[in-house]
Amino acid sequence: MAEAVESPGDPGTTTPRPLVSLGSTTKGTEGLSDISISQDIPVEGEITIPVRSRIREFDSSTLNESVQNTIMRDLKAVGKKFMHVLYPRKSNTLLRDWDLWGPLILCVTLALMLQRGSVDSEKDGGPQFAEVFVIVWFGAVTITLNSKLLGGNISFFQSLCVLGYCILPLTMALLVCRLVLLAEPGPINFMVRLFVVIIMFAWSIVASTAFLADSQPPNRKALAVYPVFLFYFVISWMILTFTPQ
Amino acid sequence: MAAPDELAFHEFEEATNLLAQTPNETTTRSDQLSPKGHVAVTVDSGASYGAEDEVEESDKTLLQEEKQQPGFWTFGYYQSFFDVDTSQVLDRIKGSLLPRPGHNFVRHHLRNRPDLYGPFWICATLAFVLAITGNLTLVLAQRRDPSIHYSPQFHKVTVASVTIYCYTWLVPLALWGFLRWRKGVRERMGLYTFLETVCVYGYSLFVFIPTVVLWLIPVPWLQWLLGALALALSAAGLVFTLWPVVREDTRLAAGVLLSVVVLLHALLAMGCKFYFFQPLPPEPMASPHQATSQPAATGLPPTLPRSVAA
Repeated sequence: MAEAVESPGDPGTTTPRPLVSLGSTTKGTEGLSDISISQDIPVEGEITIPVRSRIREFDSSTLNESVQNTIMRDLKAVGKKFMHVLYPRKSNTLLRDWDLWGPLILCVTLALMLQRGSVDSEKDGGPQFAEVFVIVWFGAVTITLNSKLLGGNISFFQSLCVLGYCILPLTMALLVCRLVLLAEPGPINFMVRLFVVIIMFAWSIVASTAFLADSQPPNRKALAVYPVFLFYFVISWMILTFTPQ
Repeated sequence: MAAPDELAFHEFEEATNLLAQTPNETTTRSDQLSPKGHVAVTVDSGASYGAEDEVEESDKTLLQEEKQQPGFWTFGYYQSFFDVDTSQVLDRIKGSLLPRPGHNFVRHHLRNRPDLYGPFWICATLAFVLAITGNLTLVLAQRRDPSIHYSPQFHKVTVASVTIYCYTWLVPLALWGFLRWRKGVRERMGLYTFLETVCVYGYSLFVFIPTVVLWLIPVPWLQWLLGALALALSAAGLVFTLWPVVREDTRLAAGVLLSVVVLLHALLAMGCKFYFFQPLPPEPMASPHQATSQPAATGLPPTLPRSVAA
């Protein structure tokens, strides 16, 4: 049975008193009472870590939930970030809760739709699936490395997340272009596609700079934004020159 | 005291020596600075950069250099090569566009502080611009001669980027190696570090970016004129930068080196022109037999525009 012996403010008590007396009437512990620490620090109360127990019960609850709940929760998070990209405001939702599901979905969609068919395999056609994939991911990694080397204080995956999510307007432009290409070819066809791609390109740039620009030192913002411009320009070019076989 | 200036502490004596002399008289100082690999002595004459941030960042980089240059496996090592501001990069680009005879690019614009940002992104931009404008000439050719089949020609992006990057990294490596060898033979020669050489080459390629865009204009003599002008500016920049270093050498070696440098540059320019840009077919008024459409699938440089259609 633990009992607090003396208060810490007690001045000059040099007599050693046991901090914990475990049934001091028994003989065996009389020796114990001789061994005591010179400074008795009373320890009162309980030690609990309420946060940890809360997390533990949160974890077990997500383990037990149904698969549909898990998937829907992730899809809702991805959808929420899509909304943030489409209406870019200065919020840091993309940065705080980053995930790479959205960029993966967008990149796979883009690459699937941009790849040239294997039937018509001319040597100088459009990009293959792997080429688009590599351009998107290695482009994003290079831009992230560049911004980190310039002294930005954004983390690696946050930057990848932002760059990947901001491909959404260009993916929408690709869908529109595919629909437009179903109509008859001609200069009007091309002008419509050009207009749509330019608008979506500008939207991507605005969205990504809204998220990324604040993480750079102010005298290097242009240096960090220019590679983003080049990246989306190349993707826009691939979308604009897409010709179905 | 040192707020707008960036001085490296462990080279302080040489810094004061350098500062004591007029900034224009830099060509004879190269041998003093050459033994140290990375002398970071920069005197930024303009205090127009953001002073607060600059002071903090220069303090950070000074601390890095004080700690005997972090090893090449650390992130901080590479961060020291990207320690430039927007205004510095723009100033270096301007310096490469307008070379002047006494104006050494390395001394005046790099100020012994080479960066990797400029060469890397200028090469990337040039590679993509080459592929894209080359593709656009195909569009223009198709509008004149509808029998040409348009295709995105995506493989040209790979070719362009490999060529440009190899040129910007391997040729300076060879040049730097050659200069080091000559310095071993003749002690009085100056030397640039490898990164400074890469910087000079990288920034000298900038003038080709607007040239390549202007090559879309389908007027042949204008294209050649623009190409010659760009080559002259770019090669002049290289020669003016290399001259103070090689003039200590024998005239023969100096002459051979400079002409090889200019020749390689010219080869790059002409190779790009022939491979990525195909000559336009004549106006559709002419009879179809004289159409000079080149098949788009060829990987060889197309011949001059007197050839007949396949």
